[in-house]
Amino acid sequence: MTAPATPNGPIAAAVLACAIGCFLLGVLAVAADGSKTLASALNFWNPSGPLSGVTTVAIALWLVLWAILAARWRSRTVAFAKVTAAAFAFLALGLLLTFPPFGDLFLGR
Amino acid sequence: MELTFRELVTALHGMLFGGFFLMALFAAFVLLLQLSHPEQCSAQAAAAQPIPRWQTFYLISMVVLGWAAVLTGAYIVYPWYRAVAPAGADLTLYPKALLTARSSTAGWHTLGMEWKEHVAWIAPMAATMVAWVMLKHRAAWNASCQVRNAVLGLAAAAFLAAAIAGAWGAMIDKKAPVTGGQTYQLMRSAK
Repeated sequence: MTAPATPNGPIAAAVLACAIGCFLLGVLAVAADGSKTLASALNFWNPSGPLSGVTTVAIALWLVLWAILAARWRSRTVAFAKVTAAAFAFLALGLLLTFPPFGDLFLGR
Repeated sequence: MELTFRELVTALHGMLFGGFFLMALFAAFVLLLQLSHPEQCSAQAAAAQPIPRWQTFYLISMVVLGWAAVLTGAYIVYPWYRAVAPAGADLTLYPKALLTARSSTAGWHTLGMEWKEHVAWIAPMAATMVAWVMLKHRAAWNASCQVRNAVLGLAAAAFLAAAIAGAWGAMIDKKAPVTGGQTYQLMRSAK
């Protein structure tokens, strides 16, 4: 006897949201490095500086996106290979954007 | 043999939380590999199986360690590291200022710390995702090689991010240690 097919939507939601969250972390880190206005806006707690805002916003966006995607894909089976490919592209970009020389390329330094 | 308060907290951040998180991630990756025999990727394998209690405890502990490492780093150690040195101050108490004062050491901050302070956060985010899938959706994980590969990839990314952050943290702390605060005497000298 085989078990009924299990929807992969919740897992796809978690994987994609996590990867986009990592990407947004990289984007915010580079953006805050390049803009004094944004760095000032993200300076949520002065002793830690803009790092406090960059990470807080990225984590908040990750969790909100995860909740939205999880609700939408709760009982669905999605094209997991496509979702994974997109997720790993976001993840790779996120990792690269945290590398200062790579971020500096976008800032024209 | 003495240790200052800041050295103690930095050791807790890097050696207890960060070090154990890194080891836990590596072991979790090995665990995932061990559970990922391709021939087991079938609906048959998706039949509900109880998750061993030790795995639940282990994965939750791993996630807690990861978040403890980044939160203590960003909100306790990093403010000491980046504090602005008053004019004429002893720079050994201001690691960022000490490193950036000379071009031969500035890279430890401009490359090392600026990379570490951001990349570190990817590790607990990905580790949380891995633990959540393994604990809440084990049946779907059992049933699909695609799901297994995605989770393994995220676990590898978490390990990479934690290793980068940990390695830079250790090296930066050798070049410009975070120190200061109350001094604790751990052992009296024999001399």
